Amino acid sequence: MRKTMATMDAQPHISPVRPPTPAVSAPHVAAPAGGQAAGQAFAPAVEASKFSFWYGAVQALHDIDLSIPERRVTALIGPSGCGKSTFLRSINRMNDLIPGVRHTGDICLHGRSVYDRGEDVVHLRKRVGMVFQKSNPFPKSIYDNVAYGVRVNGLARGRRELDELVERSLVKAALWDEVKDRLQKNALGLSGGQQQRLCIARALAVRPEVLLMDEPASALDPIATQKIEELIYELKDEYTIVIVTHNMQQAARVSDFTAFFYMGQLVEVGRTHQIFTTPREDRTEAYVTGRFG
Amino acid sequence: MTDVVGGNSVEGLPAPRRLALPWKLSSASDAVWRGVLVVFGLTIPLLLVGIAAALVYGAWPAIRRFGGGFLTGSAWDPVSDHFGGIPFLVGTLASSLLALLIAVPLSIGLALFLTELAPRWLAAPIAFATELLAAIPSVVYGLWAIFVLVPFLRDRVEAPVSEKLGEGMGIFAGPAYGPSILAGGVILAIMIIPFVSAVSREVIAAVPRAQREAALALGATRWESTWQIVLPAARAGLIGAVMLGLGRAIGETMAVTMVIGNTPQVPHSLFAPAYTMASVLANEFAEASGDVHRSALMYVALMLLAVTLVVNALARALVWRVERRDAR
Amino acid sequence: MSGMTLRHRRRRATSAVMLALTGVAAVLTVLPLVLIFGYLIREGAGALDLSFFIHTPRPTGEVGGGMGNAIVGTFEMVGLAALIGLPVAVLAGVYLAEARGSRLATAVRFTADVLNGVPSIVVGIFVYLLIVVPTGGFSALAGSVALATMLVPMVTRTTEEMVRLVPRELMEGGLALGVPRWRTMLGVVLPAARGGILTGALVGVARIAGETAPLLFTALGNQFWQLDPRHPTAALPLQIFAYAISPYDDWHRQAWAGALVLIFLVLTLSLGARFALGRAQRS
Repeated sequence: MRKTMATMDAQPHISPVRPPTPAVSAPHVAAPAGGQAAGQAFAPAVEASKFSFWYGAVQALHDIDLSIPERRVTALIGPSGCGKSTFLRSINRMNDLIPGVRHTGDICLHGRSVYDRGEDVVHLRKRVGMVFQKSNPFPKSIYDNVAYGVRVNGLARGRRELDELVERSLVKAALWDEVKDRLQKNALGLSGGQQQRLCIARALAVRPEVLLMDEPASALDPIATQKIEELIYELKDEYTIVIVTHNMQQAARVSDFTAFFYMGQLVEVGRTHQIFTTPREDRTEAYVTGRFG
Repeated sequence: MTDVVGGNSVEGLPAPRRLALPWKLSSASDAVWRGVLVVFGLTIPLLLVGIAAALVYGAWPAIRRFGGGFLTGSAWDPVSDHFGGIPFLVGTLASSLLALLIAVPLSIGLALFLTELAPRWLAAPIAFATELLAAIPSVVYGLWAIFVLVPFLRDRVEAPVSEKLGEGMGIFAGPAYGPSILAGGVILAIMIIPFVSAVSREVIAAVPRAQREAALALGATRWESTWQIVLPAARAGLIGAVMLGLGRAIGETMAVTMVIGNTPQVPHSLFAPAYTMASVLANEFAEASGDVHRSALMYVALMLLAVTLVVNALARALVWRVERRDAR
Repeated sequence: MSGMTLRHRRRRATSAVMLALTGVAAVLTVLPLVLIFGYLIREGAGALDLSFFIHTPRPTGEVGGGMGNAIVGTFEMVGLAALIGLPVAVLAGVYLAEARGSRLATAVRFTADVLNGVPSIVVGIFVYLLIVVPTGGFSALAGSVALATMLVPMVTRTTEEMVRLVPRELMEGGLALGVPRWRTMLGVVLPAARGGILTGALVGVARIAGETAPLLFTALGNQFWQLDPRHPTAALPLQIFAYAISPYDDWHRQAWAGALVLIFLVLTLSLGARFALGRAQRS
């Protein structure tokens, strides 16, 4: 399915298949009082409540209340250093790897706090997939890259199931046709764009509930970028995607909802179309019209 | 002169692809300077060639007399002038490999601890302690080994083990007097750990964080990400570190001499005394009884040099091959 | 789902255990340091008195005496080795840094690395053949040459690294002013690399100060005060070795004391090297 991005801009991304669900039936969610919920019409996959985050003495996030809706693409935009990447990495607790960090407030994944004692962070990271800004395939074969998460988590019984899983993931990442004849070759031989799609396939192979993408196309040329954006568009029927991007046009092209971060605060969140055409806040308008950032 | 680097760079054209600035002669004094530098630079290959030549010269009578049989003969008898190098070759290789067996897991474990686990306030003193260990002279290690390590091994390790297992497993057979190939291996291990772990640490730290993060983000445990992703990525460098340790262990003289037992026999068990190439040289060279004896010792020295060079070459080749294979 | 949790629990447990084992490895590797220094101080400090520093060894078996001559001998031979070896090494290092890409330089660099791996006892035998045999006797000079032979490859490589670190602009600036290459090197580049070169030199000197094997058949050792470099001379590592393998308790005590002094000497040089590096990095 090849759609050109140009036709996307004009219309809001309401999928004709899924009718909007009323906010009342949103399961396991404490409606954040006074906070902003992106699309109360859709069930949130990820919910942040009064989430604040510190790197040592520096506060990077201030009282974020944000709902990320299920099976939609939500873009986090904002100037450099505004905290959008920090927030993203808090969802799968990758920030825990940095010494001296702390937080207050909470982030819930499908109703359960990611900081819940009963929940193991290793398991959390299997449930939440991540694609990084610079593609980081392992120096292994293409097959072994995609299979790594599956093997480690014991998700496939036997070689045949593994083969199927690898193939399916590569198909979903729109990479299968290009690599199906050289699965055993080293992944580092792929181009930048292909490596990034490989990383997406690798993340998809463990069947995550949510897919986080931290500026996935910023290191790629325009053609590869377009391929990634098309891929995101295709994936969103099946996955909840949160994408951090500094490219506003990309956010406008690809996402259903957009959250604007500024200096560690969530300034505004809403449907992408609304954010980019009729933003409520002055700061939002200033940013999306390019007056700063 | 063939060693002149690059040439002139003409305006508009890119400078020649050399890393140093071109050796443009700006004056006669520069020519003299370059000559001086070359002369001093040449002292180094001259030394190496000199050492090899001197050893061959000194060993020549023994080479003529024993030929290749020296490399397979196991008798070492100064009285009857029967000499063979096997006991020392075996002793050197056995003690060095034993040292590697002990030192490599500990070194990599230490390197992993310092890079992955230890907070900064703990990592710095431990790293410093490792540097201190690297600075201790061999003879001091030997002194400590004679009076502390050997009695400890004899009483706490060798005696009980040889009693219980010695009957069935020849490798643990007694009698355990103390000086033994085990003691040699252990002190060598202690001595090479600082070097192997320092290089390992560098290599492991050089693996990009992004690799670890990718593995963790897929739901791998910290150990899984370390064992399955980080260590394999550092493989070439780790092999280099291990070979470095092997090279040092082979050439180590004083500490080993003081604890290995100095018996020119192939050891029949871990607890039996043995002899290394370096040790027999240290012990017997100064008071060699006669020209044949001295020449045989030179032959041993030649063997030692050859083994060192071979291990070195092997190390480089291995690292190179692994690096190439990983990049494919 | 419980099957997954069990496997998951096993994975977590494995991770915790293996990471704990690395901690055990760290303890085991640091333990010898503690033990060695502990024993050195316990056994050696007691024998360290003034007599130890100003007396020479007593005849075999007699109690008392000291290692004064050995300490002085070490200073003498290490100093001489530095005098001989450091200029050669620094100039060779400069050569390697200047002639980087040439084939000869590559060969020299390669042989320097090989030399660094040659066992010290082989170096001793080499100098024995080179100097002791032709001159008919053991000498401090031979010992110094042996130590210098070990020093040169080490310091050559460190010097090369340090000179290469100096920014090209310094050399270019001098050349652009019309200053000949050798003067720019000596007057501008080397002074800039001074701290690093000094560090490498001190580290090398610290290492040869502790070496025993190269001296076994060159300096041989001596019971008496003897400063003439043409004759056998005592050295601290030699004395420690001789005493350690002897059957006399008093000599064992003195061996510990000598080891303490030797360690002190080596560590002072090493720490001095670090200090120099710190200053060089800060400037």
